[in-house]
Amino acid sequence: MNRIKPKYIPIAATALVFLGLYIAGYLMFGEKFGSLRVFVNLFGDKAFLGVAAIGATFVILSGGIDLSVGSVVAFTSILIATLIEKGMSPPLALIIALGVGTVFGATMGFLIHHFELPPFLVTLGGMFLMRGLGFVIHEQSLAIKHEFYSKTIRELAIPLSEKLVLPFTATCLLVTILLASLLAIYTRFGRNIYAIGSSENSARLMGIQVGFTKIGTYAMAGFFSALAGCVATFYMQSGNPASFVGLELDAIAAVVIGGTLLTGGAGFIPGTLLGVLILGVIQTLINFQGNLNPSWTKIAVGFLLLVFILLQKAIAPRKSESSH
Amino acid sequence: MSMLLIGHVVFWLVYAAILFVWRKQRIFWPLLALALLLLFNQIFTPGFFDLEIRDGRLFGSRIDILQQSTKVMLLALGMALVIGTGGVDLSVGAIMAVAGAVMAQLVVMHQCSPTVAILAALGVALAAGALNGLLVASFGIQPIVATLILMVAGRGIAQLISDGQAIPFSNETLSFIGSGYFLGLPFALTIVLIMLGITCLFTRKTALGLFIESVGDNDTASRFSGINARLVKFCVYIFCGLCAGIAGIVSTSNISRADANYTGLYLELDAILAVVIGGTALTGGRFYLVGSLVGALLIQTLTTTMYARNVSADIAPVPKALVIIAVCLLQSEKVRRFFARLLPAKKQTG
Repeated sequence: MNRIKPKYIPIAATALVFLGLYIAGYLMFGEKFGSLRVFVNLFGDKAFLGVAAIGATFVILSGGIDLSVGSVVAFTSILIATLIEKGMSPPLALIIALGVGTVFGATMGFLIHHFELPPFLVTLGGMFLMRGLGFVIHEQSLAIKHEFYSKTIRELAIPLSEKLVLPFTATCLLVTILLASLLAIYTRFGRNIYAIGSSENSARLMGIQVGFTKIGTYAMAGFFSALAGCVATFYMQSGNPASFVGLELDAIAAVVIGGTLLTGGAGFIPGTLLGVLILGVIQTLINFQGNLNPSWTKIAVGFLLLVFILLQKAIAPRKSESSH
Repeated sequence: MSMLLIGHVVFWLVYAAILFVWRKQRIFWPLLALALLLLFNQIFTPGFFDLEIRDGRLFGSRIDILQQSTKVMLLALGMALVIGTGGVDLSVGAIMAVAGAVMAQLVVMHQCSPTVAILAALGVALAAGALNGLLVASFGIQPIVATLILMVAGRGIAQLISDGQAIPFSNETLSFIGSGYFLGLPFALTIVLIMLGITCLFTRKTALGLFIESVGDNDTASRFSGINARLVKFCVYIFCGLCAGIAGIVSTSNISRADANYTGLYLELDAILAVVIGGTALTGGRFYLVGSLVGALLIQTLTTTMYARNVSADIAPVPKALVIIAVCLLQSEKVRRFFARLLPAKKQTG
């Protein structure tokens, strides 16, 4: 056996942690935890987080950060709910929501690239803006009552066995992961994101269109956040401007646990899926335990973050510290 | 009525004098923005400038703003130093929640004296700051990432300490800290001024401030010139933790309950914003303490203005977002160069 390449160590560690947690759950709670239903529900329940985390992965790969994720998801969900309430057909509402998310992301990208502003502050502004605008559209939670949501979404679930279906939200997540992975690995745009994340100056000297790629990355992140908002409406059958506070932190945590370097330039999209699943398993474990305080989820996630960041530090090639 | 008018005139004259004295300083711009916001209220918001003296205490919207902004002011002091070293501390909101929970739990469940509870809360906050400092200074982890850990885990720890519920308490000493008055002004403001005095003393009268700015400017170069860059960074994060702890104590005492979910929620972002409004760039190398406090005042005045004008609390983030973008643009080199070209005769002040 050859030694594993250093760049695969974080993702291998992630996979090991996931397996370890799953086996621990199986040993503690037996068949019930090991059932396929629990596994499938992991995908269905965490689908919106997964989709949002993919967008965050691209931004982090490019060396930036996006704090607006949670607000954009909430904004999109209430936008869709309101549009459908006003009588618009659901597919059109979804497309409009995706468009708004993309344009919003591109605008942030434009500010970041063109005016050389720190991504942290610009996306912070985006976070406040979208949170407020969500409430401007509609002040409270709004249920979506439309045949498309009550019937079509259910019918789109894929039956796996007699009693078990793969929910449509899980299908969305899996398809998105697949497409995003292909985009990251096999397209010029995807490779350029990695290049910019490694070193923006080198990328520019190589003739890569830094501006286009950067703005494109944030536009894509906006798109994925909006898509996560769509998936969230499928899941909750409603829109709520007050929901998903702090989702961006979960997304960033999933990305880091999934083995993507926060300095940019190295990481894998499927790793993010593993990161999301790990967050899901921790939550499921605590739910199964029953009498454990749910706040242990946050502590466990924080601890895992610490471990993975230290691991990244230990194996990462030394980068110049002055690059911010 | 005429007394009121004289009061307004005196207020604006003093403000104008301050503006004039500091017209060449960086702090001029946030002060000017604050003046414009206050002027808007003077003209359009009836009752905003009312000031009453009852039981030897001052009451009025401006006093409310001072009281409410103390939390962010305290956070901004620590944050300014951290940002001065080129870092950032995302965990201050969570540290506030932990400190508040520790204090409330000690007072309520263990019947400790407030002094012990406060010292314990400060101790926990210092430990949290030390963890951040250790990760950033010793392990060389990016500050955003290193402090993200406590930002996520800290709130969980606070919830665990308070057992997932808000802990109400009633204690005279603590409510004095949170909402008492000293010399007619909120006591919390006294704490801010003492902290500002101490910070100014250490950073402007000793070489420490220079060390912080030099580490923020160029880590490697300052190491080569004999500055213990690691130690400087470590100390700065500990100080930021301490400030967050004090802010947590003030905030929890103010409402007489420790709420792990909401104490300090999003305040790390307000603190960063306050520091940036004060003229400190996120890239580090310079920091402005008084400017950061003015930034905190500006944010709170904006919020209070919106409440006074019956803007729903939910929509309040929108103007804040616009302020962030405006401040970013004003500090961007490109925009500055653009304006410099428009006004070729005027020399740029820095």
